[in-house]
Amino acid sequence: MNEALCPLTDGAAMSSSLLIALILLLSSLAYWLGCRRAVALAQRPSAARLHSRPGYYGVLAGVWCGLPALLIVAVWHLAADPLLTRMAMNGVAAAKGVVSPDQVDLLVNDMRNLVAGNVVMHEVDPLIQAAADQYIGLQRLSDLALATVALATALAGVSLFLGRIRPALRARNQVERIVKIVLTLCSTFAVFVTVGIVLSVLFESIRFFQQISPADFLFGLKWSPQMAIRADQAGSSGSFGAIPVLAGTFLISGIAMAIAVPLGLMSAIYLSEYASSRFRAVVKPLLEILAGVPTVVYGFFAALVVAPAIRNLGGLAGLPVASESALAAGLVMGIMIIPFVSSLSDDVINAVPQSLRDGSYGLGATKSETIKLVILPAALPGIVGSILLAVSRAIGETMIVVMAAGLAANLTFNPLQAVTTVTVQIVTLLVGDQEFDSPKTLAAFALGMLLFAVTLALNVAALYVVRKYREEYE
Amino acid sequence: MAAILGTVLDMRDVAREKNEADAAVAARVRKVDRDQRQTVGLPFVEEPRMICREVNVYYGDKHAIKNVSIDVGKNEVLAMIGPSGCGKSTFLRCLNRMNDTVAGCRVTGEIVLDDLDIYDRKVDVVPLRARVGMVFQKPNPFPKSIFDNVAYGPKIHGLAGSKSELRDIVEGSLKKAGLWNEVSDRLDQPGTGLSGGQQQRLCIARAIAVRPEVILMDEPCSALDPIATATVEDLITELKEQYTIVIVTHNMQQAARVSQRTAYFHLGDLVEVGSTDRIFTNPRHQLTEDYITGRFG
Repeated sequence: MNEALCPLTDGAAMSSSLLIALILLLSSLAYWLGCRRAVALAQRPSAARLHSRPGYYGVLAGVWCGLPALLIVAVWHLAADPLLTRMAMNGVAAAKGVVSPDQVDLLVNDMRNLVAGNVVMHEVDPLIQAAADQYIGLQRLSDLALATVALATALAGVSLFLGRIRPALRARNQVERIVKIVLTLCSTFAVFVTVGIVLSVLFESIRFFQQISPADFLFGLKWSPQMAIRADQAGSSGSFGAIPVLAGTFLISGIAMAIAVPLGLMSAIYLSEYASSRFRAVVKPLLEILAGVPTVVYGFFAALVVAPAIRNLGGLAGLPVASESALAAGLVMGIMIIPFVSSLSDDVINAVPQSLRDGSYGLGATKSETIKLVILPAALPGIVGSILLAVSRAIGETMIVVMAAGLAANLTFNPLQAVTTVTVQIVTLLVGDQEFDSPKTLAAFALGMLLFAVTLALNVAALYVVRKYREEYE
Repeated sequence: MAAILGTVLDMRDVAREKNEADAAVAARVRKVDRDQRQTVGLPFVEEPRMICREVNVYYGDKHAIKNVSIDVGKNEVLAMIGPSGCGKSTFLRCLNRMNDTVAGCRVTGEIVLDDLDIYDRKVDVVPLRARVGMVFQKPNPFPKSIFDNVAYGPKIHGLAGSKSELRDIVEGSLKKAGLWNEVSDRLDQPGTGLSGGQQQRLCIARAIAVRPEVILMDEPCSALDPIATATVEDLITELKEQYTIVIVTHNMQQAARVSQRTAYFHLGDLVEVGSTDRIFTNPRHQLTEDYITGRFG
């Protein structure tokens, strides 16, 4: 039975992609027809000059043919499935004597599994089987109807448009307007996705804060996200104080920036102002390779090379060093983000006009005076931008910290101890099977929200600094 | 070498003659042939501030300046004219070794400022460029306040002992550049916010602030409107009292207005040098005549 169902559902998927291909084919045909019709109109002895080049009439014909039909296909697919399910399952729930919505959902899922040909665990219920068969029949009917309606719309669209083509039709302006709309949609896409991500994190965070008070979360000094499985379990109360985790993030990012900013900035200055073009051509791509190394590999490096080395060094100096330390993670992370600082800063420094350098040299300034007093101030906004990007990378970095800094949420600013970061905690909270109504899981979203707020605040602060101190050339 | 010395001596003799006689002779004599490579006219002066002898400049394989010998006199304005790419800017940039910053550029010959051979190995370009200031084609104020723009040079050379001294230098330089009245109430505003002509005068003030002896100007008015150009030209005429000025210009009227001597360059050759009046009324070399009468350029 299941095997028999497979080709049918495949056939349904096939027919809808076939339909889309057919519509696209029709609209390219419409393009050709539109072009031809425009040319033919222009060649009539009495005809006025065409307003636009024939291609624009063609594009417009293609749009008239394809766009409404494709919209119908999209809307149909969104709307048809719930409707068909409701029709197929009509009466099944009542016949089974099931009332609660959860159990109805279970029945619907059974039916869907049957339709999709998935392996069904238990005996197939004849009622459900009947519903599945009905669903398949309805779906076939719906596909047929869709194909008819969509193709009819496409043909109607193109014939309507071909009838409307006149030499005076402002085809180019209309095509340009359509292109503008498409571009606007593309550019707002990212914005909508961002808003969506923020909202989804926000709603889960709100659920978290319904169970844990925001004050405890924001100002609590202990992070130990354990929840009781049984009501009488000892030591079961979780504590969700984000301060130690946040402190760990700042500690590690701080160490990373302390490595990356001086090294990156100075290498950028060397590459752009002092290095010969041959040296630069070799070294800059090599530096950028650092950014291409997967962070997992940095993680190995931190855990297997740097952390033991630091521990041994600390042992020699008589310092107690944890086997996983913030210093190891921060050092390696700093190396990882050097190219973010150096490469971007190098570009910005190169963008400072040569005339400013000439002006400074012409006054008898030395190279270092020119760099310190003229070039760096002029390049400041870009440099701050590159540092900001590096900070965001450092705060968001997970893999290196998981491997080299440990999971212990110690509230400490001693870089030789193990700490943990916000991102690592999010990962550990969400790894494995989780119930999505316990504070333990929801805490991950609250942490994510916190991280987002912190990075946003950093961005705003940096923007303010740049505005205040920027020196505009032009 | 002897031949060159010979011509030099000849020129000195000729220099003693009066200008009118010079012009009269030139009018009688046939124009010097187009292919004549030797410099025509009077490249040398009695009281030179800078002496350039047999200067050659190469950009990689390109021979950009060919055997140029010329003096720049004290407190005079020397204009260098010629068609685009003739090497006049390149030659100008040799005078304070700005060409050092250009990769692949090689300079041979001798350039002496007072008693200092500026291409000597031991010479440090930093104090040299403080003595020979430069103003560029496009106004290039630093993206700093007007005050800091002018104070930049004095600060890096340690010319001011105190804040008030620095203030005096800035004020004096802006006054000399004729900009003080326009900006005295907004010294903390960015220099880039000024108009083009004001920016160029700010750059001149910036150059004056390090107390140079010679000021090199590379087409200082080519990015300015006629009114701003007139202001800058007046300024050049005033500055001549204290400084020696070498100006490169595309504008022959400008050369005629501001300079005492004019040098005409053509494809890396110094074709003709002479008093500005003489060059524009009575050019001796065929190429010079062609250029100033607008037959090419």
